[in-house]
Amino acid sequence: MILMRVALGIGLLFIVSLVIFWATELLPGDLATELLGQSATPETLAALREQLGLNDPAPVRYWNWLTGALTGDFGVSLSNGRPISELIGARLGNTVFLALYAAALSVPISLILGILAALWRNSIFDRAANAGALTAISFPEFFVAYILVLWLAQTGLFPSIVRINPTTTLGDRLYMSFLPALTLTLVVTAHMMRMTRAAIINLMASPYIEMARLKGLSPLRIVLRHALPNALAPIINVIALNLAYLITGVVVVEVVFVYPGLGQLMVDAVSNRDIAVVQAVALIFAGAYVTLNLIADVLSTITNPRLMHRR
Amino acid sequence: MGFAASIILGLAGLFALAWVLRLAVRRALTGHARSIANDMPLTAAFGILVILIYAIVAIAAPALAPFPEREIVGGQFQPWSAEHLLGTDRIGRDMLSRLIYGARNTVGIAFVTTALAFVVGSVLGIWAALTGGWIDQALSRFVDALMAIPALIFSLLLLTIFGTSVVTLVLVIAAVDATRVFRLARAVAQGIVVMDYIEAAKLRGEGSWFLIRREILPNAMAPLVAEFGLRFCFVFLAISSLSFLGLGIQPPTADWGSMVKDNATLITFGDITPLLPAGCIALLTVAVNFVVDWQLYRASGLKEQ
Repeated sequence: MILMRVALGIGLLFIVSLVIFWATELLPGDLATELLGQSATPETLAALREQLGLNDPAPVRYWNWLTGALTGDFGVSLSNGRPISELIGARLGNTVFLALYAAALSVPISLILGILAALWRNSIFDRAANAGALTAISFPEFFVAYILVLWLAQTGLFPSIVRINPTTTLGDRLYMSFLPALTLTLVVTAHMMRMTRAAIINLMASPYIEMARLKGLSPLRIVLRHALPNALAPIINVIALNLAYLITGVVVVEVVFVYPGLGQLMVDAVSNRDIAVVQAVALIFAGAYVTLNLIADVLSTITNPRLMHRR
Repeated sequence: MGFAASIILGLAGLFALAWVLRLAVRRALTGHARSIANDMPLTAAFGILVILIYAIVAIAAPALAPFPEREIVGGQFQPWSAEHLLGTDRIGRDMLSRLIYGARNTVGIAFVTTALAFVVGSVLGIWAALTGGWIDQALSRFVDALMAIPALIFSLLLLTIFGTSVVTLVLVIAAVDATRVFRLARAVAQGIVVMDYIEAAKLRGEGSWFLIRREILPNAMAPLVAEFGLRFCFVFLAISSLSFLGLGIQPPTADWGSMVKDNATLITFGDITPLLPAGCIALLTVAVNFVVDWQLYRASGLKEQ
């Protein structure tokens, strides 16, 4: 059951890499004509094709690219000739750090808010939380980010630009990247909270909850001991989906706070039309996205005995 | 803080106006239309009012804007004044005028993109459900593969390949979103194609196009209309984000996303002007969401408990 899902996930990763690679084949000419543009002469074109290995047939190039990527060698950047692995190196760590930071803030907050909203449903708290969530979902990330800058960075509490280098200590890192992490938290918490609330309320109508209530248990105990374990599968799914969402949210937020991460690198590469770098970063982002979805599926299978032992 | 107060006052005013208008509409209408208006929650009335205002501003932009969209009419970063109500931007263009023209450009482009994604996605989705067999399988698996890549990342990849211009922007976002519409349209249509009346129409010898247009679409309208609203929000936010990143709508065209980016330096000095275009984006998205919520509620036939 789980092995099957993992195999499917790996197959999907393979297809995703194929799509990302195939996208460059959509170019009207090829990479060389596109790069040289007006200044192309037959000699420079031939030389560049040789250098980029464009003379090989597409399947061979795909194989070389994929095996290279798996061993951490993404080739060289088209705009400045530096190895892409060097460009990505520290930035990947920074982006993962930011995403984990945001997750560490948002998951507990949204679980607690969701459980409270389910517990006190149709109360003022529930309505306010719901209205707030709907509004937060509708805001563009940069709007949230700049409001936070206006409020928290103006007063000098937190820096509005993140200056991180490899020597920065953990404490400083946490302090400096607080605003970007908070922005991401606000963006994803709304969705997670709504889904947690929906999952628990959905269960509250089942007979065994009625039984627990008739036994005279307190509402908090019913929610925590009886409803929550059974609501875990949908909640895990939503958390994973939102962590996957963090991956794309990170792009805009990194640009706002000049955070030295992968998103910033990708945006710069897109404006330089540096396809090699964009492909590499897209592969990393898409790979993380697929993997997170895979983990979510596996975890929700494990938490649900009925799915584990399907007849 | 005077600013926060004026925003709250403005929103309260809009809500009050929505309430009055809803009352007026209830008086004016009779029969079925009136019962719809009677059930309409205040948030939905607010949403419709905001959408109407945006539409009017977008259509009447040249008449409303005090200055031309692209002309430099003053110094750089001038503060708010009687002449330039919202000051001027990085190179001295009038902020208010650009904000008004932005309604036309940003919302217009988002609308065209959504419409395109919708036509392509829903026709293909319904057709796949109707035809079934290997065509359905091939299309669905293809869409699944594309959907495995996050939308923003995939758009960025495609924009790198095709370059950044308004036309490629519209086509790229429409293509990415069409996959999502395809999913929904196919799922909805699968429930419909097994109905007896579709069987009967097939026996009459009707072609696929007639079946899609006259038999399936009318019955799939309710979920598709709600999806159109939601999709519009996603597309609108995606285009704004891309413009904000400098990869979407290009200057000198006035656009809300790039206006935020261009003037962002002001924010660090405590000036809220650059936040206004972002606020315009947020307000419209919230408004559309309110209306969609109401439509979904109506379509589901749920009643307040």
